[in-house]
Amino acid sequence: MTETELKATIKIVTEYFLNITNIPAVMGLPYIKKDTDLAFAYTGLIGISGARRGGVYYTAGKELLADFAQFILGEETLDEDALNDLVGEMTNTIAGNMREVFGATFLISVPIVLRGQIDTISMRLKPPVFIIPINWNEHTSHLAIGLE
Amino acid sequence: MKLLIVDDSHIMQRAIGKYLENDHFTLVGSASDGEAAMQMFSQYLPDVVTLDITMPKMDGLTCLEKMLSLKPDAKILIVSALKDSITGLQALKKGAKGFLAKPFTAAELQNEIDEILGQMNDRN
Repeated sequence: MTETELKATIKIVTEYFLNITNIPAVMGLPYIKKDTDLAFAYTGLIGISGARRGGVYYTAGKELLADFAQFILGEETLDEDALNDLVGEMTNTIAGNMREVFGATFLISVPIVLRGQIDTISMRLKPPVFIIPINWNEHTSHLAIGLE
Repeated sequence: MKLLIVDDSHIMQRAIGKYLENDHFTLVGSASDGEAAMQMFSQYLPDVVTLDITMPKMDGLTCLEKMLSLKPDAKILIVSALKDSITGLQALKKGAKGFLAKPFTAAELQNEIDEILGQMNDRN
């Protein structure tokens, strides 16, 4: 990924959180994923094909997802299925919006939801995998992107 | 007016249903994939459909064509994260009445639906 692509992706994620919640998300400095970087409890993974190949995942904890859902659904409490669904939908929206940067040949799969620490999580991502740290409403999460 | 919501995310189905609950709609169903959407569409022949594109089993653009072949006057609003102009144009060329990119607010969805219903009223 080029620096321009990374900056454009950061802009997409920033606008996503702001559009839904009216609370700005603060992006940390992107870095190349290390083996010691752990996923949060809920992870949505999207495979990328077409002109670019690889994958994107967004990983977050239960507290962030529950807070974020309040802005979409109001006062409802989310069960486990809904938390899985939400992390998949957040990943889907961010990856889909990336077509603004990468164009219509940036083909995205339907999201796969993973739980906990999964060793093979980065299998679909092509190195180098960039991590974008995200801080929103006092919760930390991150987006990982690995494209050929 | 009969409304069908098609989105592979249950959260989005619930959100769209909630955003439109004060409108003059009767929600006839919510589908999570293209095949289920076509079954519900054939059964209920809804007047308005919100339709996602990236879904399991059958994508939204294929559903769009099939739905319009069954009910040419169905008002179909594409609601998708695929935020590029080519996809939007493709959907409109295939007969969608509007394209709303995710993420969106309740007000933005309402505006798109009002626009579609306005088209209906203009024609009547």
